Amino acid sequence: MSLASNVPEGDLKEKWTKRLNDINLVAPNNKRLYNVIVVGTGLAGASAAASLAELGYNVQSFCIQDSARRAHSIAAQGGINAAKNYPNDGDTIWRLFYDTIKGGDYRSRESNVYRLAEISNEIIDQAVAQGVPFAREYGGLLANRSFGGAQVSRTFYARGQTGQQLLLGAYQAFMKEIDSGKIDYYPRHEMLDLVVHNGKARGIVTRDLVSGEIRRHTADAVLLCTGGYGNAYYLSTNAKNSNVTAAWRCHKRGAYFANPCYVQIHPTCIPQSGDYQSKLTLMSESLRNDGRVWVPKDKNDERHPNDIPEEERDYYLERKYPSFGNLVPRDVASRNAKYVTDEGRGVGETGKAVYLDFADAIERRGRDYIEEKYGNLFEMYHKITDENPYERPMRIFPAVHYTMGGLWVDYNLMSNIPGLFVLGEANFSDHGGNRLGASALMQGLADGYFVIPYTLGDYLGGEDLDQVEGNEEAFEEAENYAQEHIDKLLNVEGDKTVVEFHQELGKIMWDKVGISRDEEGLKEAIKEIQELRDEFWERVRVPGESANYNKYLEFAGRVADFLELGELMAKDALHREESAGCHFREEYQTEEGEALRNDEEFSYVAAFEYQGLNGEIQHELHKENLEFEFVELKQRSYK
Amino acid sequence: MQFDLKIWKQEDGDSQGAFQEYHMEGVSEDMSFLEMLDLLNEKLIKNGDEPVEFDYDCREGICGACSLVVNGIAHGPKEETPVCELYMREFEDGQEIVIEPWRAAAFPVIKDLVVDRSAFDRIMAAGGYISTKTGSAPEANTIAVDKEDADKAFDYATCIGCGACVAACPNSSASLFTGAKISHLSLLPQGKHERKERAVRMVEQMEKEGFGDCSNHAECEAVCPVGISISAIARMRKEYMRAVTES
Repeated sequence: MSLASNVPEGDLKEKWTKRLNDINLVAPNNKRLYNVIVVGTGLAGASAAASLAELGYNVQSFCIQDSARRAHSIAAQGGINAAKNYPNDGDTIWRLFYDTIKGGDYRSRESNVYRLAEISNEIIDQAVAQGVPFAREYGGLLANRSFGGAQVSRTFYARGQTGQQLLLGAYQAFMKEIDSGKIDYYPRHEMLDLVVHNGKARGIVTRDLVSGEIRRHTADAVLLCTGGYGNAYYLSTNAKNSNVTAAWRCHKRGAYFANPCYVQIHPTCIPQSGDYQSKLTLMSESLRNDGRVWVPKDKNDERHPNDIPEEERDYYLERKYPSFGNLVPRDVASRNAKYVTDEGRGVGETGKAVYLDFADAIERRGRDYIEEKYGNLFEMYHKITDENPYERPMRIFPAVHYTMGGLWVDYNLMSNIPGLFVLGEANFSDHGGNRLGASALMQGLADGYFVIPYTLGDYLGGEDLDQVEGNEEAFEEAENYAQEHIDKLLNVEGDKTVVEFHQELGKIMWDKVGISRDEEGLKEAIKEIQELRDEFWERVRVPGESANYNKYLEFAGRVADFLELGELMAKDALHREESAGCHFREEYQTEEGEALRNDEEFSYVAAFEYQGLNGEIQHELHKENLEFEFVELKQRSYK
Repeated sequence: MQFDLKIWKQEDGDSQGAFQEYHMEGVSEDMSFLEMLDLLNEKLIKNGDEPVEFDYDCREGICGACSLVVNGIAHGPKEETPVCELYMREFEDGQEIVIEPWRAAAFPVIKDLVVDRSAFDRIMAAGGYISTKTGSAPEANTIAVDKEDADKAFDYATCIGCGACVAACPNSSASLFTGAKISHLSLLPQGKHERKERAVRMVEQMEKEGFGDCSNHAECEAVCPVGISISAIARMRKEYMRAVTES
């Protein structure tokens, strides 16, 4: 299989139009002859399912939650970018494109990112028409705010619940198509395998999470919209059920996994308070518009933050990056938080936190202004920590948040398996080594509303697909495999819980494949993960049975997959002998301590082909060279 | 901290359920309520016992999956707080804590504390949307919305669909949930075109699912984890009356 990115020729600004002009179409009355499976109902999945059903395709939609509305996109807080230039501050499509490419440290495809910027404005139009209640000015028109990595205000928002409102917009469009009978809806179903028949994706195998029944589903194409793999770290801002299983099982069926080591660690999360903690909570990046990040100048300063005078505080982001200040991109902010806490200047009981202080903003703009903008975030912080952020600075610390890596896709969002498309966070495509804030919502909805409706038609219209019934050998084999895997998990009957294994994996990943990595640590991580995986299959204890609702059985399957993925992430990080965006290798940094790329040798997408598991993960590395025709590669600087 | 837990256990929708008692020690006051249950399950699994099943996902108060009645109150004792954001510091050391599922005929039990809320999806499918085909939207700023209306619509739109309102209502009414969506959409100019059909269909679907009528107890508002106002129900009735009297 080749890594043909399938990008149209011609000028950057013409590529998407050119593709639209050239694609195969499926006639309106023929669309009903095609069946499409959509797995996941987040922004990408819900918008894709709704849009395809509207066009007339028969859609089968699956999600692991009890309702499509609970997909984890719901938790996105801060906003969604678009190049509308409503604030008249000089924004253009080019600028949004450029900021995104630069923010990703030049490790994404120019053509994809440009298309994303082009589509961004339509997303806002679509969402407003659906009734998404974005923040507005007193004149009734839409309001904007700033986000990290940009010098214009291009972020649209709905208080601190932008993801919720956009997802509910997509969910409502999705429910409308259920009402019209064009979507068959399967909540509480987990995809356990992809069925590849005659070299094409032709169906999936699922487990009904209530009855435990394993079922086959046939289709002409499969769309994977299953989110990212941040929970490989156990503690992350992802929801507890977010997982890599659907993507990983596709990988094991031949889909290439690209750039698994690119993991975004978000700088502003509520710090961990104890070992029992089950997840970390994000505090939106938008807070950095008004909050100032600081630590005491002296080590081990245990005074109450309000008692530390101005001259004894180090506003380290403002000091080091005067032009972007507190709004540097996420990777830069996270790394600097690690440096100051490693120096012993961290705050709070664990010393693993820095302050995010609103005192100046409250004094300048008033408490009402802050409450209007961030009220729900302040409340959430107060509930979790029992500290009032209006009265003392928030304590924040980086946490795993988003994965830029994912299944490899071409310009049409199709993986290297024909008929398997991958959308949203589950693919690798648009964010390179680092995603800018407010770009995940943009990408998920761009993929689902405005890319896949065309590119899927192009595939279906150009293929001669034979009929599948679900009794072909590939279906039989996939179903048997899914059942055997479950039986195997239940039959270990060991003495360690799934959660214990997950926590141990998370610790290895955080310590050695986290904010900064080095060769020695990565080699250790690979070995430790292999050992932990062996131990898992000897000692894991999964309670209950497979024929009914069994949460810990679900988790066991997911942790088994994370134990494989984790090794691949470490191997990718080890092979990439450069720093790029969130992938920071200690050995490769500038004199000023910034990520130092090696464009000569590593300006490519690393796409891994799975070749089996034999004590270690066997894989072959395929490289898609990234060619930059339209932007000049520079050392990123936010000074 | 330590607690005596009484937890509802039920094999599936067809079985008879019963309370089971557990004693929990070694609980930190900084643990969330769900983390306390995680810890209980870890202990049960290690002992070879069956864990307690309960629903959750985001654990930050936005997905609406968590759904526990704690000491008789949907989502527990802390106001405007879903149970995933409830911390053990809200309880007295040594206290008895009774944990039950949402109880309503329209929310059948799946297992233990997990219930089936698909009735909410069906109410939404009966008109809880604005019909806008992808690609057909006008430029966003051609639709101006008074800030006051936009803010009000937003407040109703923040409903997380957890179903606490139903669990708390003596009639098991879904009026706050349904009213919140009808209010959100009818306050916006984009949503006015389908308002009549939407109100009638959503209200009828709510009845069809077996939810009771609203008789103004306002228990729903008291437990709503995001503070949806009972004015949503007044708006729903107004929309419904407008639809049936004008058509």
